[in-house]
Amino acid sequence: MYQYTEFDRQFVKARAGQYRDQLSRWQAGQLSEDEFRPLRLQNGWYVQRYAPMLRVAVPYGELSSAQLRVLAKIAREYDQPNAALLDEAQARQDQLGPVHLKNGLSVSSKLTTGYAHFTTRQNVQYNWIPLDKSADVMDLLASVSMHGIQTSGNCIRNITSDERAGIAVDEIADPRPFGEILRQWSTLHPEFAFLPRKFKIAINGAKEDRAATAWHDVGLYLIRNAEGELGFKVLVGGGMGRTPIIGTVIREFLPWAQIMNFIEAIVRVYNRYGRRDNIYKARIKILVKAEGQRYIDDVEAEYRQIVEHDGAPHTITQAELDRVTASFVPPALRCDRKSADAKIANILRAAAQDDIEFGRWLKQNVAPHQNPDLRAVTLSFKRLGQAPGDATADQLDVAADLADRFSAGEVRVTHDQNLLLPWVRCDELPELWRAARKAGFAKPNIRLLTDMIACPGGDFCSLANARSIPIAEAITARYQDMDELHDLGEIDLHISGCINSCGHHHSGHIGILGVDKDGLEWYQVSLGGSDGSTLSGAPVPGKVVGPSFSAAELPEVIEAVLDAYRSERQAGETFIATLRRVGIDPFKAAANSARFAAATV
Amino acid sequence: MTLLPFTDPGSGTEDPTILVLANDADPLQAALDGVKRVDLHFPKFTDGRAFSQAFLLRRRRDFQGEIRATGDVLADQLAQMERSGFDVAVLRADQDMAVAKRVLASYPGYGAGCYQGDAVHVTPHFFAVG
Repeated sequence: MYQYTEFDRQFVKARAGQYRDQLSRWQAGQLSEDEFRPLRLQNGWYVQRYAPMLRVAVPYGELSSAQLRVLAKIAREYDQPNAALLDEAQARQDQLGPVHLKNGLSVSSKLTTGYAHFTTRQNVQYNWIPLDKSADVMDLLASVSMHGIQTSGNCIRNITSDERAGIAVDEIADPRPFGEILRQWSTLHPEFAFLPRKFKIAINGAKEDRAATAWHDVGLYLIRNAEGELGFKVLVGGGMGRTPIIGTVIREFLPWAQIMNFIEAIVRVYNRYGRRDNIYKARIKILVKAEGQRYIDDVEAEYRQIVEHDGAPHTITQAELDRVTASFVPPALRCDRKSADAKIANILRAAAQDDIEFGRWLKQNVAPHQNPDLRAVTLSFKRLGQAPGDATADQLDVAADLADRFSAGEVRVTHDQNLLLPWVRCDELPELWRAARKAGFAKPNIRLLTDMIACPGGDFCSLANARSIPIAEAITARYQDMDELHDLGEIDLHISGCINSCGHHHSGHIGILGVDKDGLEWYQVSLGGSDGSTLSGAPVPGKVVGPSFSAAELPEVIEAVLDAYRSERQAGETFIATLRRVGIDPFKAAANSARFAAATV
Repeated sequence: MTLLPFTDPGSGTEDPTILVLANDADPLQAALDGVKRVDLHFPKFTDGRAFSQAFLLRRRRDFQGEIRATGDVLADQLAQMERSGFDVAVLRADQDMAVAKRVLASYPGYGAGCYQGDAVHVTPHFFAVG
């Protein structure tokens, strides 16, 4: 992991101090609500449906066990509203009513406290921390070199990457050193703190895109050119929201040392010419779409000026790359090479045959590693009774213990809202499995239907049109049979409570979008979306299936679509492959046939 | 950075050495001959275009005169203005001068240092340490 220098630590502490001063001026009435809002947002503090929400930055998803324990402490001690607020919130959620299931049961909103939530951008969120305690929480975060800098607001947000960065077997180069260098460059950038709209960067360094890179305002792919030199393929203007767009290639190859100079040009042209008159047209994707080649020409001209006139001040030196890269050396592991691969394989094979669940866990939750002695293991935070990606204080502490015991004290927050242990010895897999199972993290459902992405939705978010969590719960409840789940195979199900698309519904093989109709919760279903992974194919937004469905219809619709897959599929064919082969029509027909009579709108 | 209390600009901009640039104007095309001061404008403090304008005047045009921030100029954005190339800021009428000075001085990047280069200190932090 990146090791914070004294400079980094002092910076984060100074930032926490600055926030405390801003908070107290707001409390004293010296800062108006409108003036304080962008300041708190750029420290990660939203005000949501019932309470503030804090988004903590996890640069490129990496966390240490010490940081996890502080996140646990914050969940335990600060994610606690007063009883009256919680009661009032629960009463208002109850008014929205339950989601009825076919078996006669129903799912309701059950607001809980004292937990953290992993987001699709690899960050961590809390839902109940009172704003008057926010400065104390920032101090606590700073004690382990964490913060909420630029996790919200119209600025360059936390940079995301591949959850297997630095360990992936298909890696071209480790994206983390560049992620860290760009994190530093973007942190409190004076010129780019009030852009027309938010600005998200993702970096992928492997052959497979595991970072939904093309869906970002700037997407960076580490590649090698014909001469074997390392550089970036640069995409600009991707994004979800109300206008889903895949990024445009602006540079096929940019030498790695120039990446900051080039992004400076991209962001400066956007800052000057991006629309500020309409919030829905303010993202860079709209500028790129409207201006096309002219935007690209402007960026190239600005980049030339940065290099030729300004002297390319942010060229990454080899020394700086080496300094940062030195923080990302693999931990020294005590793996005994004499414990030969064959022996380990035998143990694992025997254990897998002995216990089908362990075998499934090896298949779904364990991934290969650059070091053949090691594996990457995903802890599943997708299970009945808790919202996707939620972890209680105790669960965070247990995850920290597992990281210490099995993964050199490091975890990664994944884009799919789970935790990944990056440094697991393969001879310790059976032991880890038992420990993870005891903790409730060993559900062998990674990449399967119930490993769904869902935003907090209408239970927490003030932007949401409809709830996500009860829908996720209803579908999870329906698909508890592991035989059935494994038979359905790998499927991306993504749920967003509104068009802002935090639940990435556009990129789901099955996407669910909450919409508001006359104050009631309805859901639009889309099919065939892709985040750009090997399984999903070239990134593309899904196609909407007719008018929206009621919450009660939705589990039936999902079931009908999956039944259509089962009847259309060929041997070994995944859901998305079947959908691509036969087209959307049979799935659309199945979805529409699940509508309740006279319930369509 | 010099902080000035709010004064009504009135019609006192006929001085040919003062160029008043709208925040959607292109500073690369502005005629700077004989200009000693450029006034840039923040219609709202959340409209960040003037930061890029100031940067381009200072670094790209090598403008040596005064760059003045006007409009919705608040204490919490002063350090960003200074780093982007402004050297004078006219505070919005309701801003407290003492608070503004204190807030500017306590900017994290001034206490701890700044990661990236800007219009004033051109090179990033890593050049200083590496």
